[in-house]
Amino acid sequence: MNTPDTATGGAVSSPEITEERNYINHSQGMLSWLLTLDHKRIGVMYLAAILLAFFGGGLAALVVRTELFYGDGDLLLSGDWYNKFFTLHGAIMVFLVIIPGIPAALGNVVLPILLGAKDVAFPRVNLMSFYFWMLGAACLILSLLLGGIDTGWTFYAPYSIYDAAADSHTAGAVISALTGAFMLGFSSIFTGLNFIVTIHKLRPPGMTWFRMPLFLWSIYATAVCQILATPVLAITLLLLIVENAVGIGIFNPNMGGDPVLMQHFFWFYSHPAVYIMILPAMGVVSELIAVHSHRHIFGYKFIAFSSIAIAIFGFLVWGHHMFTSMSPMMNVIFSALTYSVSIPSAVKVFNWLATMYKGSININTPMLYGMGFIFLFTIAGLTGLPLATLAVDIHLHDTYFVVAHFHYTMMGSALIAFIGGIHHWWPKISGRMYNENMGRVAFFILFFGFNLTFIPQFIAGSRGMPRRYHDYPDIFDFQILHQASTIGAYTMLVSFLMIAYYLVMSLVNGRKAPWNPWGGNSLEWHCQSPPLHENFRETPTVGDCYDYSGLVWNAEIQGYVSKKA
Amino acid sequence: MSDDHHGDPNLQHHFEDMDQQFNASKLGMWLFLAQEVLFFAGLFCFYFVFRYNYPELFEFGSQYLDAKWGAINTVVLLISSLTMALAVRCAQTSNKSGLILNLVLTFICAGGFMGIKFVEYKSKLEHGVFLGLFDYYTVDSELAAREGNVAPTSPVERVAHATITPADPNATTIAPPAATPTGITRPPASAGEAHDHSHDGHEAHDHSHSHDDGHGGHALVIHGERPANLHLFFSCYFCLTMLHGIHVLAGMIMLVWLYLGAVKGRYHAGYFTPVDLGGLYWHLVDLVWIFLFPLLYLI
Amino acid sequence: MANDNHQDGEHHGVGHVVPVSLLVQVLVALLFLTGVTVWSAGYDLGWANIYLAMLIASVKAFLVVAFFMHLRWDKPFNQIVFVGTLIFVALFLVFSLMDTRAYRHQQRTGDAPFVGTSYEEGKLQAESQGGSGH
Repeated sequence: MNTPDTATGGAVSSPEITEERNYINHSQGMLSWLLTLDHKRIGVMYLAAILLAFFGGGLAALVVRTELFYGDGDLLLSGDWYNKFFTLHGAIMVFLVIIPGIPAALGNVVLPILLGAKDVAFPRVNLMSFYFWMLGAACLILSLLLGGIDTGWTFYAPYSIYDAAADSHTAGAVISALTGAFMLGFSSIFTGLNFIVTIHKLRPPGMTWFRMPLFLWSIYATAVCQILATPVLAITLLLLIVENAVGIGIFNPNMGGDPVLMQHFFWFYSHPAVYIMILPAMGVVSELIAVHSHRHIFGYKFIAFSSIAIAIFGFLVWGHHMFTSMSPMMNVIFSALTYSVSIPSAVKVFNWLATMYKGSININTPMLYGMGFIFLFTIAGLTGLPLATLAVDIHLHDTYFVVAHFHYTMMGSALIAFIGGIHHWWPKISGRMYNENMGRVAFFILFFGFNLTFIPQFIAGSRGMPRRYHDYPDIFDFQILHQASTIGAYTMLVSFLMIAYYLVMSLVNGRKAPWNPWGGNSLEWHCQSPPLHENFRETPTVGDCYDYSGLVWNAEIQGYVSKKA
Repeated sequence: MSDDHHGDPNLQHHFEDMDQQFNASKLGMWLFLAQEVLFFAGLFCFYFVFRYNYPELFEFGSQYLDAKWGAINTVVLLISSLTMALAVRCAQTSNKSGLILNLVLTFICAGGFMGIKFVEYKSKLEHGVFLGLFDYYTVDSELAAREGNVAPTSPVERVAHATITPADPNATTIAPPAATPTGITRPPASAGEAHDHSHDGHEAHDHSHSHDDGHGGHALVIHGERPANLHLFFSCYFCLTMLHGIHVLAGMIMLVWLYLGAVKGRYHAGYFTPVDLGGLYWHLVDLVWIFLFPLLYLI
Repeated sequence: MANDNHQDGEHHGVGHVVPVSLLVQVLVALLFLTGVTVWSAGYDLGWANIYLAMLIASVKAFLVVAFFMHLRWDKPFNQIVFVGTLIFVALFLVFSLMDTRAYRHQQRTGDAPFVGTSYEEGKLQAESQGGSGH
């Protein structure tokens, strides 16, 4: 086994932190950021933009939750505006935040460094992806300015087909929103393309496939989904745009079209998209758990291959979103295939638990998010099983049970891992340490608030509360369940404000981060914080990135150094 | 072998050598093509699902398309594929004049393809057919007129004629259709009960009628009963060919860019990546057409 | 890359140079197959027409991909990418068609309510008929 000091390239022997050049002070001026080809700067711009979008999407969610505080409706919004707000919340969170969140923001910053490369394979394409994202965001904002849309984030036909008589939204608003999602799709495709080529072609000597950190495996599997699934979304949206512009009739039953076909098109993309959201999160958690448990990851190859397996199975199960609109035979096929996805997912969970077993766990903020992920992801996965069961799904379809299930997946798992990843790599990205105690407190508030929001929704859903309703009768304790949920949502707001506060404060007066604050051994911890413009002074040599035996805590620099140094 | 290219001005800083850069670009291009294939797959799915459900639409609708133009376009595109492949070969062998010649030939073929497409689209528009539109009114009234042995002569007369004498007595229960700005109106006839899945059987006594588009174009002879929702066929036709056409146009822009680079002598045996990738893209455009031609024009 | 005139199929150096004669032969084969497609479409073979046409188109596509696009001599992974893509396309088409098939007998016949009208008109007409279009 290689000792880590071969991996350091002599870097740890000079661990003093001085005002040296790095990617942030490499060049000055607004344009040097806006036109940068540096993957780290592009990643940071993504991070800032995505967090801003997350704030907007979160506010929309709070409006929706506030409206539902009382059952008799019209507390804040009319029914039409209620529909527009949940659409806004869904579209922003899915297309602008969660899908690009981990791959585009964190992945861009750390992927080439983890790999030991100087940059991604196509830096210009990378910048173009970012501007596609910005254009997409602008189109979604434009759609809001044009009066908003009430199609739901799925753009189901015929909701998404302009209908003068229904008068719920204008053709301009819906075309603009569809164009926005189209742009975001291409942003996602080009990011995925870039990552696959980078991982294939830019690995330095010694970085074999099975020495890659698991985060890279999961990003790779995600990129496969992005390239193969997202174009189908793009063509679907393009057809809907044309449908709205000239009325081609393909998805419109009033023109002889087939709305169920639209659902097939959409879910051929959007089920793999669920894995586009969750796979990078699993990769982040693999890193968090191993690094902060200071123990070699258990079952490396199982985790790596289960990522690929999930990506491929992800394409075989899209029909489970359509159990109520599809033919019985297809229902049975898709239901059976859906169960198969639970196997690789469970493989991962057991491997993480086995990694923690007998590890020397450091209960710091990133590790709390890692453990929170395992807890919440397990609930998300297990509540997915009843939904995959045909007979049960007929009862639960389009109820709050489904809402709670996918929020446990998308927020409780993907977003928690995203925030955990931000904490984990914050010292590397910003070069500053945040306030650890506030981080822990904020995590517990978030964890409590999240469960307070969504556990009542499981109960309400199983009692038959349908989703997307603006008012409801106070039967089966619906009102008290909704009120608990709303209070939970505001609790989460508190925690997010705390996180925003201490992260911003760390930039102002945070302690300077050492090279290796957590004791990780993958390559990003062997370059300075923040990294150089060109990442490494010389091409690094690669060891086993999960072997922590060669590292020792150095109290003087508050970080880990190689034992030999 | 890559040592002599370390100082190559075409080598970007984050690649070790030209080999790595070339292989990375090529893999990137293949992944992009994979993306393109799935992008078109959506439209092919559209085609197959509707063809499976409503075969009569496609049998009837393809009569409006001229297989002759389709075949010529196929030949033009195949030849352009050869010239593009030759262009790549010339770049690989540092044959500058050959590269320029082949790029120009490819561009001419592409222009020819788009020209023929323009002629085809023009004739469709003259027949009142476009994305999602179909001139139900004219066609139905013509069919009716033929049964009553009154042959309309001009589009204006045809419309006027049919408005006065609706063919189907059922049509009287519907309010007389008002012409929209595009001249497209609801058909007075009720194709719903009329349309028959097996009109091959009574092909012999079927009324056939001819459109004279009045612009010196070809006469269009249509056989059979109009199936319901015929616009879906034309939606399919226009979506597929327009998306393909947009790709051809993008390819033409790419060819101009390659030509400018070739004139400056940028491409040679040591660096021909853009020509190679451009070639891959161009062949994909050809590939899509290879499937589109029989699906839309022939069967 | 000094030896880029090698005519064998080996992959050293960047890219593969295909001989002109082979490229021309491929074009001739493609044109011939196009002729066969047009010719065979003249015969009414019923359901077999579409399968035959797709078979010929697939052969043509193979020729273009293998020779014009150099995939025959390309890196194995690029071949995997292309073939893998086709597998996912097949998956998409087959599952969608299987579902469509099950619904086929429930398809509504006749012109849809808004056919041949502007949108607003169609709406009005559908209402005036009391939904008889369904």
